[in-house]
Amino acid sequence: MVAHILRLKLQLVANGLRRSAWQLVGLVVGAVYGLSVLAMLVIGMIALSVGDEDLRRSVPVLVGAVMVLAWWVVPLISFGVDSTLDPARFATFTVSRRSLLTGLALAGVIGVPGAMTAIASFSIGTVWWRDAPALLAGLVAAVVGLALAVVGSRATTTAALPIVGRRRVREAMAALAVLPLLLLGPLVGRFTSGVSVDADDLGPFSHLVAWTPFGAPWAIPGDVAAGDWGLAGGHALVALGSLAVVAVVWERALAYGLVHPAHSEASGKRRGLGWFDRLPPTPVGAVTARCLTYWARDPRYALAAAIVPVAPVVLWVLDRDGGALILAGPVAAFLLGWGISADVAYDGSAFWTHVIAPIRGTADRWGRVLAAGAIGLPTVVLFSVGFPLLTHRAAAVVPVLGASLGLLLTALGIASVVSAYVVYPVQQPGESPFQTRQGASTAALTSQLGGWFALLLASAPEVILAVVAVHTGSVALGLATLLVGVALGITFLLLGVRYGGRALERNGPVLLQRILAFT
Amino acid sequence: MTDTHPAPALQLDGLWRRFGAKIAVAGIDLVVPAGSFYGLVGPNGAGKTTTLSMATGLLVPDFGTVRVHGQDLWANPTQVKRLLGVLPDGVRLFDRLTGAQLITYAGLLHGLDRDTVAARTADLLRAMALEGDAQTLVVDYSAGMTKKVALACALVHAPKLLVLDEPFEAVDPVSAANIRDILTSYVASGGTVIVSSHVMDLVQRMCDHVAVIAGGHVLAAGTVDEVRGDASLEERFVELVGGRVTGEGLAWLRTSSD
Repeated sequence: MVAHILRLKLQLVANGLRRSAWQLVGLVVGAVYGLSVLAMLVIGMIALSVGDEDLRRSVPVLVGAVMVLAWWVVPLISFGVDSTLDPARFATFTVSRRSLLTGLALAGVIGVPGAMTAIASFSIGTVWWRDAPALLAGLVAAVVGLALAVVGSRATTTAALPIVGRRRVREAMAALAVLPLLLLGPLVGRFTSGVSVDADDLGPFSHLVAWTPFGAPWAIPGDVAAGDWGLAGGHALVALGSLAVVAVVWERALAYGLVHPAHSEASGKRRGLGWFDRLPPTPVGAVTARCLTYWARDPRYALAAAIVPVAPVVLWVLDRDGGALILAGPVAAFLLGWGISADVAYDGSAFWTHVIAPIRGTADRWGRVLAAGAIGLPTVVLFSVGFPLLTHRAAAVVPVLGASLGLLLTALGIASVVSAYVVYPVQQPGESPFQTRQGASTAALTSQLGGWFALLLASAPEVILAVVAVHTGSVALGLATLLVGVALGITFLLLGVRYGGRALERNGPVLLQRILAFT
Repeated sequence: MTDTHPAPALQLDGLWRRFGAKIAVAGIDLVVPAGSFYGLVGPNGAGKTTTLSMATGLLVPDFGTVRVHGQDLWANPTQVKRLLGVLPDGVRLFDRLTGAQLITYAGLLHGLDRDTVAARTADLLRAMALEGDAQTLVVDYSAGMTKKVALACALVHAPKLLVLDEPFEAVDPVSAANIRDILTSYVASGGTVIVSSHVMDLVQRMCDHVAVIAGGHVLAAGTVDEVRGDASLEERFVELVGGRVTGEGLAWLRTSSD
């Protein structure tokens, strides 16, 4: 039975690759990325094995602990990393729970992350290769550590399933999980410059980590090499004990999950028709109401909206003096305006509702523009006025506002045209935002780049004017920026909606067929 | 009948559609008389959904014309789509809206005014037994409830021609009976309904006309009695389409063997 499950997993990986060439490309890209990390790790361990003895005791513990911790926590946030072998799918087969557990645990090692973790485990375990007893202990510790990572990951995901299975929780976690990742890059860049690795600091910390379930197995070979058998025994006890605990937790959770399958519960009741009651009962009003409802209820839109307040934070982190903060308005204008270029793709196959409706293409375009504008306009005005004032650059308010409004309106106009011609695969509602859809065509990429280039050209007058006005502090130039920005922006918006609407009437069925082909 | 025939509700002439190397629909001609209850039957992959998609403006045909009450759909889509009510199969809905919002949305997109939409939404929710879930998000609906709310969306603007792809799939028997009543009285009042299905019994009981489609061709079309002759529709269908496996079957599948 265990062999069956393993073969099933291998077959699933192979079939996944056969299904599309793009998936293979994705795997190769992932593998290259993973391999480069792995190579660094292995080289680091080889260097350690002939290098400083203090670091040789502390670093493997920390690296191993991070690896195990990642296995436990990352699937919880990014959930459903490996639902191909969902235990619930075995519920109707007569598989003993023991062989199901063994099979699933071993199957967890198959695949790119599993294989890489296995290699990493053994490279960490064999750091003490010059000392025979320590090498032996290291090999055993590597197996225990790997098991701890894989089984622990199964235990946390299975145990959390009843909670994470609820749509609301899942979506909220998905949206929240992306935010720290966005901040990670700039933060790391900011702080690593000032921090240097000090072996004396690592020592005590690694001693502490060695007593946690994550670090314990990796500490054993070092203890053996040092001849500290008491310490080795203690760490071994923690490691094996933890493994036993997570195995039991997994087994219990699995047993519970198999008999109590997660079911989605209905969310709270609402009253009335929301935006549909408040906006005019026309096709344009209806599309606007629908889009506004989606901005609040669809995590993909909510995420796009949530990124906007992050923009000033990133700018602030990049430039602590705050000079860059006056860019917050234009950046928000670009993000919110260009956001609707993916609107039809986000509709997914539900877009058929618009295709069969006897509406003008411009009604569809206006509805989406008005909804994005209703959110974008106040945000952009607030950012463009607020941040220059906060950084004591009141003179910059008018030109920045001009550039931002111009950018927002122009981006809305150009995005209206782009999204009438091109759809590309996006996450469907309810999918994890981490699950990047493979197969974005070169056409989609060129359309985005082309759209950005057009936006750059179309908004160049007000952007250049704004730069000059901010540098010279000229009030007249500032007013000119505002005037040009609003006038040009409105012109491009009207042109974009009209042209995009006409294109949509022609292309609607074609776009729908392309969307259907993605799924 | 006089010599001034009323235009058929739907007339398909020489429809072709190819997906890559596969020809899904290979020259389909079909006349659906106004006021008929028309069943479209065929095995899986016969081209039913493709045909209906082209007949409703969801898919551009490679060749051929679609006329709805005499008007060319693909020549004048915005005008002709007013006459159509469509329930496609295998597509999503705007499922982050509540049931009531979704029906309202469909109504407003078809240009109804607020009071009409509100009244019809309430009526439809009652008829589909969805009143209790009017304020629940459609994403939290069961498969059958989703089908019913999609059907309500297709009905809200009182179309002259209803095109329903697999309308009874996953719908419980009570709701299915209610929907059949709604459709029957709609036909009695002059509307035209086309349903696709692979449940022969249902089509034989419910429809007055039927077309058998397989491999992208129409194998037989006409009134149900014409098509089935002396046999039942199911027997006639199997005879037309073929593919029955006869013989011993699964001899080992006998519980009494030991």
